[in-house]
Amino acid sequence: MSDISLPRLQHIVASALVALVGGWVTYLSYTQQPSEAFLFPRLISTVFLVLALWTFFKACLGWTKVGVGISGQAFLRMLPGLAIAVVYVFWAAKGLGFYTATAITFFILFSLYDPAPHNALRSWIKRIIGTAAFTAVMYALFAVLLKVYTPREIFF
Amino acid sequence: MEFIFYFGDVFTPINFGLLLIGTIGGLILGATPGLSPTMAVALLIPFTFQLEATQGLILLGAAYTSTVAGGAVSAILLKIPGAPANIATTLDGHTMAQNGQGTKALQLSFLSSAIGGIFGVMLLIFLTPVLAKWALAFGPSHLFWLAILGVTVIGTLDSKSVVKGLLSGCIGLWLATIGFDDIMGAQRFIFHDALGGGINIIAALIGLFAIPQVISMFAKGRQDEGAEVLEVQKHSILDAFRELLRFPRAMGIGMATGSIIGLIPGVGGQIAGLVAYDQTKKFSPDTEKFGKGHPEGVIAAEAANNAMVGPSLVPLLTLSIPGSPTAAVLLGGLLIHGIFPGSDLFDNHPDVAWTFINSMLIGQVLMCLFGLYVAGLAARVAQVPQSLMAAVVLGLAVFGSYSVQSSMGDVYVMAALGIMMYFLERFGFSAAPLVLGLILGPIAESNFIQGSMIANATDGMVPYFLTGGLNIFLIVVVVVSVAYSGWMELRSRRFVSKEELMV
Repeated sequence: MSDISLPRLQHIVASALVALVGGWVTYLSYTQQPSEAFLFPRLISTVFLVLALWTFFKACLGWTKVGVGISGQAFLRMLPGLAIAVVYVFWAAKGLGFYTATAITFFILFSLYDPAPHNALRSWIKRIIGTAAFTAVMYALFAVLLKVYTPREIFF
Repeated sequence: MEFIFYFGDVFTPINFGLLLIGTIGGLILGATPGLSPTMAVALLIPFTFQLEATQGLILLGAAYTSTVAGGAVSAILLKIPGAPANIATTLDGHTMAQNGQGTKALQLSFLSSAIGGIFGVMLLIFLTPVLAKWALAFGPSHLFWLAILGVTVIGTLDSKSVVKGLLSGCIGLWLATIGFDDIMGAQRFIFHDALGGGINIIAALIGLFAIPQVISMFAKGRQDEGAEVLEVQKHSILDAFRELLRFPRAMGIGMATGSIIGLIPGVGGQIAGLVAYDQTKKFSPDTEKFGKGHPEGVIAAEAANNAMVGPSLVPLLTLSIPGSPTAAVLLGGLLIHGIFPGSDLFDNHPDVAWTFINSMLIGQVLMCLFGLYVAGLAARVAQVPQSLMAAVVLGLAVFGSYSVQSSMGDVYVMAALGIMMYFLERFGFSAAPLVLGLILGPIAESNFIQGSMIANATDGMVPYFLTGGLNIFLIVVVVVSVAYSGWMELRSRRFVSKEELMV
C-alpha cells in the first residue's frame, strides 16, 4: 500500500463506498416485496451497481482521471466549519430554536473564517452587527413575510 | 401569436414588482462569486410558496436571466466570473477594465446580453408551442425514454467523466424512488423517519447546489480574497450602442451559438460563451486583438450566454426535460405549484406559461437598464468575504428547506445530500445529472410502469419499449450522446497525455 498515492487511495475509498451503496440498493431491490413495487428500482440499481463497480475497478487500477480528491490542508480548514454546520442542522436548530441557533452559528462561522484580525475590536463589532442584521433579515423574511412557524426558541 | 394576449399580465403591480425584485436581486447575486445562477434560483424557491404559480415563475425567471448577466460584473471588474457562463467574458472584459474602459465593457456586456437574451426568448416563444403540440404524440414508452435521455445527456455532456456522470444520474434516479411507491403503496428504502414522504425536491435542490458551495468556502479557510475592484470612468451609453453596432458579426455569432447550444440539454452557458468567443475570434479580421481588451470578445460571450437562457427552457416547457441545471430547478418550481410542463401547460395554463415567457422578454430590457446602475453596487457585493457568504448561504439553506413543509426532516435531508454532494464532487461526480435523475425519476418510473402494463396486455415489453420510430430515435440519441461523450473524453485525455509528455 505504501506506493499508493493519497489521491488514488481516496479515489479507491470513495468509489468503494459508492459501490457498497450500489450493492446494498441492488440487494434490497431484488429481495424486498412486493416485487412489482421494486420493478423500476431493480432496473436502475442494476445499472447503478455495474457503473459503480466499473468506477471502483478503475480507481483500483489507478485509471481515475477525474476528481482531485481532498488535500489534508483543505480538510483541516473545512473540518471546524463542517462540524459547526452539522451541530447547527442536526441539533441546535431544533434544540435551541431556529433564530437563536442561526445567530450563534452565524457569529461563530463568521468569526472563525473571517480574514479580518481576531485581536481588533473593530472586527468584533463588525461581526456582531453582521450577525444581528442577518438574524433580523431572516426573521423579517421567514417569520413576518412568509409566516413560517419554526421550533420554539429556548430564550423567548 | 397567442403570447401577445398575455403581455398586459406582466405589468400588474405585483407581477412587475416581482420582476423588478428578481432582476435587481439576480444582478447582485450573479455578481457575487460563489453564488451560481442555479444556487441563487434554488435558494429563491421557498420565497415563491406564498405566491401564485405565475408570480413565482416570474421571480425565478427574472433571477435566472439576470444572474447570468450579473456574473459579467465581477468578471469584468474583478476578473472573477460570477458564474461559469461568464468565463469567456473575463478574457477581454477585464483587460478592457484594466485599460480604463470598465464602463464601456459593462455597457457592451449588458447591451449584448439583452439583445442576445431577447433573441433567445423569441425562439422560446415560437418553438415552444409547436414542440408542445408534437409532444402530444408521446406515449408512456416515449416519455420513459425521454426521461432517460434527459438524465444521460446531462450526465454525459455536463460531466468530465461519462461513467461518473451516468453514475450520478443513477444515484438521482434511485433517490427518487425513496418513500412510498405510488401504485402499490409499498415502502422503499425508508431507513429514517425523515425519508417517510420521500425526498422533497426543493430541499434536495437547495442541499445539492448550496451546501457544496458552503463547504468549499470553508475549505478555503481564512483567506483574504482581497480582489481589487477596478475603478470605472464615465462612458456614454449611446457611444456603447454605436460600438455594438460596429460588431454585428460578433453579435450574430454569439446569438446563433448561444441559441443552438441552449437547445441541447445539458451543455450550458459556459460552453456557449466559450464557443461563441472562439468562433468570433476565428472569423474576426482582428484576431490578434482578442485577449487584449477587444470589445468583440465581450459582445460574443455575453450575447451567447444570455441567448442560451430562452432556448434552454424549450425542452423543459415542452417535454419536461430541463436543458440546464437551472432549468431543472425551475421545473421544481413548476411542480410545487402542481403544473406539469408540456402541452398541458399551454392548453390548461396558458396564462401561466405566456405571462412567464413574456416576463422574461421584459426582464431582458430591465436587466439592461438596471444592470448599468447596479453594476457598481454589485461589484462591491462581490467583495463580501467568503466567511460571510458561507454563513449567509448556510442560514438561507436551513430556513429555505424547513419552510417547504415546516419539517425538520427536509432540513436533515438537505444537509445530508449537500455534504454527500460535496465529497462526490471532489471525486469527479456532478450535481446536475443527480438532480436531473431526482426530478425525472418519478416521470421515468410512472411511464415505465404504465408502459409495462400496456406491454403486458399487448405485444410484450421488448416490442413496446424497443420498437417504433420514435422509440428507436430516442434510444439512438441516448446511445449517440453516450458514445460521443465517451469518445470526446478519450480524445481529450490522449491530448492531455501528449501535452504531459511534452512537459
